[in-house]
Amino acid sequence: MAKLDLIMFEEEYKLLQEIIGRLAKDASAKVVFLVDKNGQQIAAAGDVKSIDATSLASLTAGNVAATDGLAKLIGEKEFSLLFHEGEKDNLHISIVGKRGILVVIFDQNSSLALVRLRVKKASKELQEIFDQVEQRAQKESDTGSRFESPFSEITDEDIDRLFGD
Amino acid sequence: MTFINYASREINCKIVYYGPGLCGKTTNIQWIYEQANPEKKGKLVSLATETDRTLFFDFLPLDMGTVKGFKVRFHLYTVPGQVFYDASRKLILRGCDGIIFVADSQRARMEANIESIANLATNLKENGFDIRSIPYVLQLNKRDMPSAAPVTEMERLLRFRGEPMIEAVANQGTGVIETLKAAARQILMELQRS
Repeated sequence: MAKLDLIMFEEEYKLLQEIIGRLAKDASAKVVFLVDKNGQQIAAAGDVKSIDATSLASLTAGNVAATDGLAKLIGEKEFSLLFHEGEKDNLHISIVGKRGILVVIFDQNSSLALVRLRVKKASKELQEIFDQVEQRAQKESDTGSRFESPFSEITDEDIDRLFGD
Repeated sequence: MTFINYASREINCKIVYYGPGLCGKTTNIQWIYEQANPEKKGKLVSLATETDRTLFFDFLPLDMGTVKGFKVRFHLYTVPGQVFYDASRKLILRGCDGIIFVADSQRARMEANIESIANLATNLKENGFDIRSIPYVLQLNKRDMPSAAPVTEMERLLRFRGEPMIEAVANQGTGVIETLKAAARQILMELQRS
């Protein structure tokens, strides 16, 4: 495979979840999502059920990718922050490290200034965990000492079953 | 780039439908959406123009069931086929796990098919992938058209690595699931190897 897979273990996931849970509370946000730049949701906190999280993740990644493209067109490396203001709810999107996107949805119970402040702090912590995940993956890839993948014994029958055959 | 989450025991794979304008990429995804069990499918997101041409992408999340105790989820994307949307196509390939190339069987579209494969190779390369090794399926769509070129001719022109080649009529659902299945098989087998 051209790039390292993103493999998240329980303990790392718990840490990420803890950070964004705290962010949701501290920023008085409605929902906080942590999304992968390829459009996959990593973690969520707050009133998650009120939103179609999968579509949100994919559209956010598309949005960030398009904005990235725009940045490069005008000679910028990236735009690290996007803000969408609505009548009731607002969307604060920021980049975390190389592969993460942090999405904060908030209403009049919070403010852009507060969200920015809290996001800044949380981003730093999230970045550290992403770095750990990456370093572990790199190490395993270098030494070839990968943990035993649960898919090493996948069979044709397993795949047929997925399609209901 | 597959995302394996051990905490929620989920595995997410991204499959991209590629091909020239009006070849039937969106039709493939729409057919899957209409047929899929409501519990298994998410919302179909289409970013299209007023005339229903794909502007950025279509997106359909599909829950496939479990393999080895892991919930398998496919994220299906289409790219905009029209030539001038190349910048968007490049973005959508980011982090993909497999490609389904939808070729238009009409003779008049053969050149567009060839150009689109060349474009795919370039855009994959810019995203760090190799078209010769990434999971890849060739679908020959619109086999019901009177002007469809013979399969052998299309094979000679478009098939370049012994990839699975599936005949389809996407608006009737023929070959649509077979194509997806062929891609899924390659991606999951790739996981086994990696």
